Amino acid sequence: MIAVIIIIIMAVLLLAAAIYSVIHRDLLFAVLGTGIVSLILSLFFYLLQAPDVALTEAAIGIALTTIIFIITIRNTTRDEDEIIDKENEKL
Amino acid sequence: MKKVLVIILLVIIGYFLANTFINIPFGENRIGDINAEKPTAAGYYLSNTKEKSKVANIITAIVVNYRGLDTLGEVTVLFLASTGIASVLYRRKEEEEETERLSLPSSTIIRSGARVLFPIIALLGIYVFIHGHLTPGGGFQGGTIVATGFLLMLISYKGFNTNHNRMTWIESLAGLTFIFLGIWGLIADNTFLGNIPEVGKLNSLLSGGLIPIIYIAVGFKVAVELTGILDILLKIKPKK
Repeated sequence: MIAVIIIIIMAVLLLAAAIYSVIHRDLLFAVLGTGIVSLILSLFFYLLQAPDVALTEAAIGIALTTIIFIITIRNTTRDEDEIIDKENEKL
Repeated sequence: MKKVLVIILLVIIGYFLANTFINIPFGENRIGDINAEKPTAAGYYLSNTKEKSKVANIITAIVVNYRGLDTLGEVTVLFLASTGIASVLYRRKEEEEETERLSLPSSTIIRSGARVLFPIIALLGIYVFIHGHLTPGGGFQGGTIVATGFLLMLISYKGFNTNHNRMTWIESLAGLTFIFLGIWGLIADNTFLGNIPEVGKLNSLLSGGLIPIIYIAVGFKVAVELTGILDILLKIKPKK
């Protein structure tokens, strides 16, 4: 019973983090949201008896993808509104 | 107009996806009897891997042996990705005025922590890809973990430099090892990447024939490629 409740909480957190990362305007927080999605997802893979996939998800999803996106944000711009404004100016 | 088109497309894609997934029974045993005369593919792998490939981790046997050509393709995809990133973003020495990776030096805590953690992370990664045929994980996972350790060093030390020349050598040697072992399998077992499982016994480090060697090569290749990608990305000068 406790396990089911924990799994439901994890699933809700996963959905919440995914929606957060889609709607958030600050790209850095959005990227951190995807990192949280990967973290919970790798826990899920472990619980579903797929340790190989869990390891891959942990190493690539949590660490490398997040870091590569953060580096990209550092080199470009952090605010999503700024990008939209720039595109509107061009039009 | 555009939005209507997008919604129609989404509905079509959703319909076909639902159509596909609705036909898959949920939670049923679809492997079937693994000792049957004509087992399914999954049943065949489950019943035959132990005797034929002498590998304890069946997933590794599938990835490296039964579907070895697909793994070679995956390695090639990663190689092409890293080559593409390097060719677009790499700057030669004379062009870059300052090769500054970090605008500010990191704090003492981060530097000391990175120095303690880096060997442990690297050791874990190497363990994962050397024991790929015994425990979960393998070349891709272990290589990524090693690359994570290098990333930690790259973002905490200004003076930590990777030797691109040496990295290219390691990468090429690992890739060539994979292909040559495949050709060896072609000679010995009549199939490309065919296995020669006579060495060692099940559940020991020396088992599985060519599988551990191929996975170690894949681990080195993935680690070096990902480290190269991160190094090149970190060397771009941020726009002010």
